[in-house]
Amino acid sequence: MNALISTALSGVVMMFAGLFVTNKQRIKYIAIFVLLVCLAANLAELSTIGAGERTFYGMITVSHFSILFNAIALSATLILFMLSGSAFENVGEHVSDYFALIFFILSGITLASTFSSLLMLFLAIEIISIPQYILAGADKKTPKSSEASLKYFLMGSFSTGILLMGITLIYGATGTFNVADLGLGAGKVNTLALCGIILLAFALSFKVSAVPFHFWTPDVYDGSPTVFTSFMATVVKAGGFIAFIRIFHGAFIGERITADWQLLLAIITAATLIIGNFTAVFQQSVKRMLAYSSIAQAGFMLMAVVSINTHATQGIILYAAAYSIATIGIFAVMIKLKDYTFDGFNGLARTQPVLAVTTAIFVCSLAGIPLTAGFFAKYFVLTAVVEQGNLLWLAIVGVICAAISAYYYFRVIIAMYFKQGEAETAPISGGFKTMLIITAAIVILLGVFPGLLLQFI
Amino acid sequence: MLTVLLILIPLVAGLITFGLKGSGPKALGLIASLASLAVTLGALFQFRTAPASLQFSASWIPQLGAQFSVGLDGMGLMLCLLTAISFLLIFIVIFNRDYERANSFYGLMLLSQAGLVGVFTAYDALLFYVFWELALIPVYFLCSLWGGEKRIPVTFKFFVYTFAGSLLMLIGLIYIYLQTPEHSFSYASFTGGNVAPQDQSWLFWLFFVAFAIKMPVFPFHTWQPDTYEQSPTPVTMVLSGIMVKMGLFGVIRWLLPVLPKGAYMWSDVAIVLSIIGIIYASCIAIVQSDIKRLIAYSSIAHIGLMSAAIFTNNEQSLQGLMVQMFNHGINIIGLWIIVEIIQNRLKIKNLNEMGGIAQYAPGIAIFFVTISFANVALPLTNGFVGEFLMFSGLFQYNVWFMAVAGLGVILGAVYTLNMVQKVIFGQSNALTETTTDLKGNELLVLSIIVVIILALGVYPKPMLELVSSTTELVNKVY
Repeated sequence: MNALISTALSGVVMMFAGLFVTNKQRIKYIAIFVLLVCLAANLAELSTIGAGERTFYGMITVSHFSILFNAIALSATLILFMLSGSAFENVGEHVSDYFALIFFILSGITLASTFSSLLMLFLAIEIISIPQYILAGADKKTPKSSEASLKYFLMGSFSTGILLMGITLIYGATGTFNVADLGLGAGKVNTLALCGIILLAFALSFKVSAVPFHFWTPDVYDGSPTVFTSFMATVVKAGGFIAFIRIFHGAFIGERITADWQLLLAIITAATLIIGNFTAVFQQSVKRMLAYSSIAQAGFMLMAVVSINTHATQGIILYAAAYSIATIGIFAVMIKLKDYTFDGFNGLARTQPVLAVTTAIFVCSLAGIPLTAGFFAKYFVLTAVVEQGNLLWLAIVGVICAAISAYYYFRVIIAMYFKQGEAETAPISGGFKTMLIITAAIVILLGVFPGLLLQFI
Repeated sequence: MLTVLLILIPLVAGLITFGLKGSGPKALGLIASLASLAVTLGALFQFRTAPASLQFSASWIPQLGAQFSVGLDGMGLMLCLLTAISFLLIFIVIFNRDYERANSFYGLMLLSQAGLVGVFTAYDALLFYVFWELALIPVYFLCSLWGGEKRIPVTFKFFVYTFAGSLLMLIGLIYIYLQTPEHSFSYASFTGGNVAPQDQSWLFWLFFVAFAIKMPVFPFHTWQPDTYEQSPTPVTMVLSGIMVKMGLFGVIRWLLPVLPKGAYMWSDVAIVLSIIGIIYASCIAIVQSDIKRLIAYSSIAHIGLMSAAIFTNNEQSLQGLMVQMFNHGINIIGLWIIVEIIQNRLKIKNLNEMGGIAQYAPGIAIFFVTISFANVALPLTNGFVGEFLMFSGLFQYNVWFMAVAGLGVILGAVYTLNMVQKVIFGQSNALTETTTDLKGNELLVLSIIVVIILALGVYPKPMLELVSSTTELVNKVY
């Protein structure tokens, strides 16, 4: 609850900051400070809920899990601000507004991790989506950005409609919005509710860009200003997954009802893994490759949604952290480069060794090499799927796709280390390098001791 | 504690080496490998007096039941000894070669040593997997940065191959982990017989493919000749001398005791694949004109015999296998050192362009012939002991298997002696007349290798005793 209030207020603060502060550098520092306050407020709530959880007006339930997830989302955003905060200035005039929109999205994400009513779920998804349409079109000078915004808006509104339809059907079948009281698991499966669940699965699949609802993703991620792509592809996507896993694991579990959606989602997951990975192989631009890789990684996170056990909950937390941090890091390096193709990375190891080493660590994490956070993230979701028993084929599809993903991730390493070239970069400050090294250190630390994060669940 | 030290020395030295300049990396590499050898010898001594003190365990990820658990048994100790000796020899041989960015080269070499020792000492399945992957990464960079012309695609193929294999093994590890009653990765839980026989049947393949790619066993070998050819020769020594042993080690430590019924069910298939590999690789080796590729194929043939021996389920062939793991490492590294010396002098790899080196460099010739004899397992060389035991074990298992595999010995003599003849005898040409003989450090290294070859050929008992505890243990569970 603290996180929700503080992020919403922060958004307002940032909007007004634009009125009174004209120095763009200073606006960035204000944003970082305000975000730290939000993070502190979020963690402070741990003491008030004690060992259990606390429900507010039957609408919001705060638990350890949600506070931990909020902390990860806020920390990942903090890393984004620290690494790429200056890039906000290059997008357009209204820097403070961009920060404000990001804070509003964050408040949506904190709502997605705490809702206990379907109404709140709908609000959360909408609060996350609408500021994104604006951010995608923030760079008014390039038509690609406007195209991205329009595409996202049109597709997004349809999926919101489907989400609402699903919620309506479930309400019609059960007579309540309260997640805890839905009672769908017990007894006979209601056809109306089942239709609702499937519509909900489709709408949320759209939000997390699962195949076959992924067609908007490459264009939107490619067209949006890179710094916002970095945010949309990581923190926002993780927020979508938290909503997904909380509603499906919270309300749609039961002897018979689980089987009705599990296979469907498993097929969606396999399709996401296969199409995301295979398409990423053929990309020439690193930015577009990362767009497809975000689809592929969504496939791995969907594995956690499909399997219902504690490994899945631990896995989604770890995956959200590992994937967000590594991707934000790669995007931060990419923003500094002149050329977004693979060739643009050629010879980076010689011109900027620090950038190359840290990017290599981030890429290894995305590929799931041991001793990086990405390995344990993959390990946990795979364990969750194997534990499920009847979905072993999905785990096999998953590891084959992970091996394929090494192909396109390592192309970045090959370009940086083994190819000749003079990668051109914008001037790199010492602070940026330090921040990159800290981020890479977090990736390795979580890769050696994942327990640091898991002990809080 | 000695076991942990064995991993830490190359790890720390490797990380420090990245920051050194000038001749610092060379010196530190040599010091670290000497220290590793000293610690290994210390561990060897302790193994005789107090073997339990070599086990070390610390909490790692309590949520998973994974521990940082390392230890040494006879087999692990033997392989660590091989690793320590090999790295020392490699560092001595390349002491007067100058590599570009020497700090990264030596740093990565030491890191790969740390990974290898980790694999040989891990007593926790997850730790084993982590080290298994970690040993790969430095080698990937070493081959891609210092290799031949086609290094990037070739090394990449090698990387994706092994990565895919190990991911399949990860699924297997997770599955077995979930079958253990207390959800633990410890060796005791894995070997506790918790896996149902019908599961063992398919789990076997998840593990076997990962190990077979590493060894490599036919038909998973296609990455190997290219990689050996393109890698810088010191890295090829690591790959063929030590890294292939990871596959064999994996089968003995993590496949036979964990999935005994699976291994029993599929042993015929595994042996047939291995024997096909022997004959196939030997035939290709005969027609090779590139010396590096020839030795690469000869390595596949030798490994084929070893992997066949693993599945014969008798103590004799297991003992022969253990001894041969060590001896093959020494012999193949000896061959690669000769190749490295010839390449350093003549800058060619094609056998048809060589010849008559014996007249100008008798030292090279003498050592080359001796090591080649060990490679074809001539009696009184170390190669004989292991191969004899393995063939005798294979004979007990199935006479026909042994008969076909035995052809490999004849074919092995054909290609090895053919190679010797083309390189050091015959007509010399303008290029080979310029060959200079061995220098001090090369002479030292080759002498050490020949001493080991002859010593273990005449008196193999200490090595057999060292590994006897492991062979008995494996035989009991299998």
